[in-house]
Amino acid sequence: MNAKVLAVLLLLPVAAVAQGFSGLGSDAEGFATPQPDPIFTFPTDHGAHPDYRIEWWYLTANLEAADGTPYGLQWTLFRSALAPGEKTGWQSPQIWFAHAAITTPDRHFATERFARGGIGQAGVVADPFRAWIDEWVLQGPDFDTLRLAANGPDFGYDMALDAQGPLIFQGENGFSLKSAEGQASYYYSQPFFQIEGTLRLPTGDVAVTGEAWLDREWSSQPLSETQSGWDWFSLSFDDGTKMMGFQLRQSDGSLYTSSTWIAADGTTTPYPDGAFAAAPLAVSDVAGREVPTEWRVRLPDRGVDVTVKALNSQAWMGLTIPYWEGPIATSGSHTGRGYLEMTGYE
Amino acid sequence: MTLTCLRALLSHWRRNPVQLFAFLAGLALATALWSGVQAINAEARASYDAAASTLGEGQYDLLLPRQGDRIAQEVYVALRRSGWLVSPVIDGRLGDVRLVGIDPVTSPGGIAGSMSNEGQPALVFGQANRLIANAQTAGRLGDLAEVTINADIAPGVAIGDIGVVQNLLGRDDLTRLMVLPDQPGLQPDLGEVAPQLRLQLSDQMADVAQLTDSFHLNLTAFGLLSFAVGLFIVHSTIGLAFEQRRGMIRTLRSLGVPLRRIVVLITIEMLTLALIGAGLGIVLGYLIAALLLPDVAATLRGLYGAQISGTLELRPVWWASGLALALLGTAAALSSRIWQIARMPLLASVRPRAWVMATSSRFRLQTIAALALLGMAGVLALVGEGLVVGFALLGCLLIGAALTLPAVAERVLTFFQDRSTTPRWSWFWADTRQQLPGLSLAMMALLLAVSANIGVSTMVSSFRLTFVGFLDQRLAPELFIQVENAEESARLEAYLLQSTTDLLPLLSTQTEIAGQPARLFGARVGPTYRENWVFLDAVPKAWDVVEGGRGAVVNEQLARRADLWIGDNIQITSDLTLPIAAVVGDYGNPQGQVILSEALFGNLHPDLYPTRFGVRTEDPAQLRQDIVAALDIPDSAITNQAAIKALSLEIFERTFTVTSALNVLTLGVAGFAILMSLLTLADLRLPQLAPVWALGLTRRSLGQLELLRAVILAALVFVCAIPLGLALAWVLLTIVNVEAFGWQLPMFLFPAEYIQLGLYALLAAFLAASWPALRLMRTPPSALLKVFANER
Repeated sequence: MNAKVLAVLLLLPVAAVAQGFSGLGSDAEGFATPQPDPIFTFPTDHGAHPDYRIEWWYLTANLEAADGTPYGLQWTLFRSALAPGEKTGWQSPQIWFAHAAITTPDRHFATERFARGGIGQAGVVADPFRAWIDEWVLQGPDFDTLRLAANGPDFGYDMALDAQGPLIFQGENGFSLKSAEGQASYYYSQPFFQIEGTLRLPTGDVAVTGEAWLDREWSSQPLSETQSGWDWFSLSFDDGTKMMGFQLRQSDGSLYTSSTWIAADGTTTPYPDGAFAAAPLAVSDVAGREVPTEWRVRLPDRGVDVTVKALNSQAWMGLTIPYWEGPIATSGSHTGRGYLEMTGYE
Repeated sequence: MTLTCLRALLSHWRRNPVQLFAFLAGLALATALWSGVQAINAEARASYDAAASTLGEGQYDLLLPRQGDRIAQEVYVALRRSGWLVSPVIDGRLGDVRLVGIDPVTSPGGIAGSMSNEGQPALVFGQANRLIANAQTAGRLGDLAEVTINADIAPGVAIGDIGVVQNLLGRDDLTRLMVLPDQPGLQPDLGEVAPQLRLQLSDQMADVAQLTDSFHLNLTAFGLLSFAVGLFIVHSTIGLAFEQRRGMIRTLRSLGVPLRRIVVLITIEMLTLALIGAGLGIVLGYLIAALLLPDVAATLRGLYGAQISGTLELRPVWWASGLALALLGTAAALSSRIWQIARMPLLASVRPRAWVMATSSRFRLQTIAALALLGMAGVLALVGEGLVVGFALLGCLLIGAALTLPAVAERVLTFFQDRSTTPRWSWFWADTRQQLPGLSLAMMALLLAVSANIGVSTMVSSFRLTFVGFLDQRLAPELFIQVENAEESARLEAYLLQSTTDLLPLLSTQTEIAGQPARLFGARVGPTYRENWVFLDAVPKAWDVVEGGRGAVVNEQLARRADLWIGDNIQITSDLTLPIAAVVGDYGNPQGQVILSEALFGNLHPDLYPTRFGVRTEDPAQLRQDIVAALDIPDSAITNQAAIKALSLEIFERTFTVTSALNVLTLGVAGFAILMSLLTLADLRLPQLAPVWALGLTRRSLGQLELLRAVILAALVFVCAIPLGLALAWVLLTIVNVEAFGWQLPMFLFPAEYIQLGLYALLAAFLAASWPALRLMRTPPSALLKVFANER
């Protein structure tokens, strides 16, 4: 028996959870479930919610070097619970894993980390804010001023984040519906980060500046069984407005969409299913799969009709849980930058 | 016609059941020994593989404590949080089961591997007392844990989540950290984060399989030898059966059966018989292996710490190889006979015994081949290097010597014949010579068996003698005490110095010397070292030199591998180089060792404290009680020398059990070869004995002479076997052993054992000859008379 198979025997329930990343486990037994009209308490809610099955601190950034070369950066910490609640030591049912990536116009670097909860190898505390796994950190005196670092075999970064606007709440005041049957998550974002720092690449260090978008989301049953994957867009237009939109692909071919319009001052307008539309314009051959890397994205109510194009179509996160995630540029009714995440393209 | 023809061919066996038995039994015995040995080897290999792959042993670099054998869990977390990608392992014993705890989340191939599998019985971490083990180990764990059975887990090992194993062992720390591949680009030095740990590269770790390879090569050589002996039997039986069926074949062909059909039928007949014989042999081999395996397992565990399952599995590798060898052997023996049949003129006169009447050219050819092989052995002994060459040398030596035997025997018999004066004895020697070709195969088999026995028992007994001396030297202190920390170490030393003057604190650390992993020791030189240590080679007053910090003692392994000897300088650290004061024999240890004075060691590693103490005392039991009572040191931390010695000796007894069992079996097979040769010759010899009987020798004295002949030939073989056996032992000890283990064993001679072996060989020959002799004595005179009447 090899070490891998052994790990399977030891780890199977995790596998079930992890496998559900694109169709996150639909059974919420024992776990708390998100309820409408949430009341958030900060800074506590920046921290972990071990009674919920899954949670993430998801940061993406569009960067630019002094010579104008665009870059993309991702840092995500996931928490996945085998059982609700927290215990100390190896008895903890919490598993942490994290992804980091840098996308350049012609390369894509990605790496991941894993940790058990309960022993101090990974975790999130709310005040002062500190999220960490191994030597990777997202931490600062408060949620607006953060240091971000990650490190892989052939790349790494060390960045400083400074929020220029308020937190914004997705869906109905942070209660984000994911299906007609009522699956939902708590979801808020900080899309106004200024970011600067240094990327470590095989070709050398690169100083960069740009904008970052941090998503906070937790749930116990975010997707229904009939949903096979999602396409998620975060767009920052040159006029200072922003929008978030996603569509969940269902196995019968229909879509469930949701989006939020964010004015330059941070006021939000949520849009229900059907208001937002995204259709693939071109697919690329990525890691042996066909993945749409050019989209037509529309939010007619705001006059948005843009073409979204990947900076680098090969931004494949070839990790334990594989998916596509990379920086994009928009053209058409609005020009701007943003990030695209696509899961479920097996 | 085919059926009739086949029935005619098979009728031969019905009329000669003894030949059928000889054929089947010879093949079965040969296959049994071969497949038995192979089965043991295959089982052991599978066990090593299971151990290596379940625990990832030897695949990853490790972080190990510089001192002691435990790592605090905080150190693990600190390493991870500084960017060292390591995965924790806890390793401990629960009763006689080795418990290994891993963290499936960070272990190599951890979660990633789990993605592709679903629906298997899950082992949830954090879940109380869930372990994975094979069925045998599960039985030993009893109610201690809930065990998921998995046959692929190494024997004697149970694996579980690190939290579960910590609970079961009552510990909160770790044993080692696996360093994962693909470490991040930015990483602090290990010394900054965890100065108490050291990095052990995976290629420095002694591979268990490599160590045990030599043991298995020995077994394989034994198996091959037995097989060769068995094939001698098959070869001679087939030869005889064909010779006796010449008449029948001639008749069949005269009646119009095509040659082709006869050949096909005979081939089918013989291969079917071979299949039956080999099948029996495999069953027998399984039984032999099942009997011996527990002993082999115990030996390997004791010698190398390798865990071998005590139960046998039917693995294709050994039964298939046994079957293939049996069929090939039969086919080889068969092909020359078929060739003869094909060339036989249809109406040629049947020449019984033509097959055994060796022409002088065949003898000469054989002798030339023998000399060539012996010459090759000599060349290999002089210039060859490596384990494979060692075994090639053994092969050349054995086969060369065996092929020389008939020529030597011929000379000896001629010598006696020339010196006998009475017609009776002249006839006896001449008749013996005349029988040589027919008996030579059986004699060669006996020679191989006896000399292998002499060689192997010389080696094993030399090993035992040397090893017991070595144990006396190394285990001179009556008590050994293991301590947990520096404070305990200091307390114990202070306490012991009150009651004893000859205290032996042992400082040690793992390091790399002369490019190899080695253990560096600091020793307090005292009377115990001076009186008990026997060096292979040393400068005068070696211990004084070491005590004065002007030299070091190295073990033979290190000296040989680094090609250094006394007087040469050895670099111990980047700024310490010392001359070698003495080379000491260090048996059964794969690693290099260097011993310095306590003071010098202290200068090099001021932070290390002695973790083991040897104590000389008149009353070990009392001192042990005192230490436990006064210092709160657990009784389990104290071992007494007698216990260790007894354990070590038991291991060697096990080795001997295996060796002597194989000795008896090969000798048995050789005895059987003699019996079969004599039996098959007996009928054919009637026409030669009848005239002697007619001239006045009674049947009784003819029978006695037959017995005497067997014993004389066996004695001759035995005399030849002694030098051959000693040569074999020499090759095993000075060439194979050095190549396999890195140390040479002094060779001791054991004449009493050889004489005993000789007596066994004579007994085997006597027993083998007594049945044919008895039959001869009881041959009715009418049968002897018929010889004259039936003369063709």
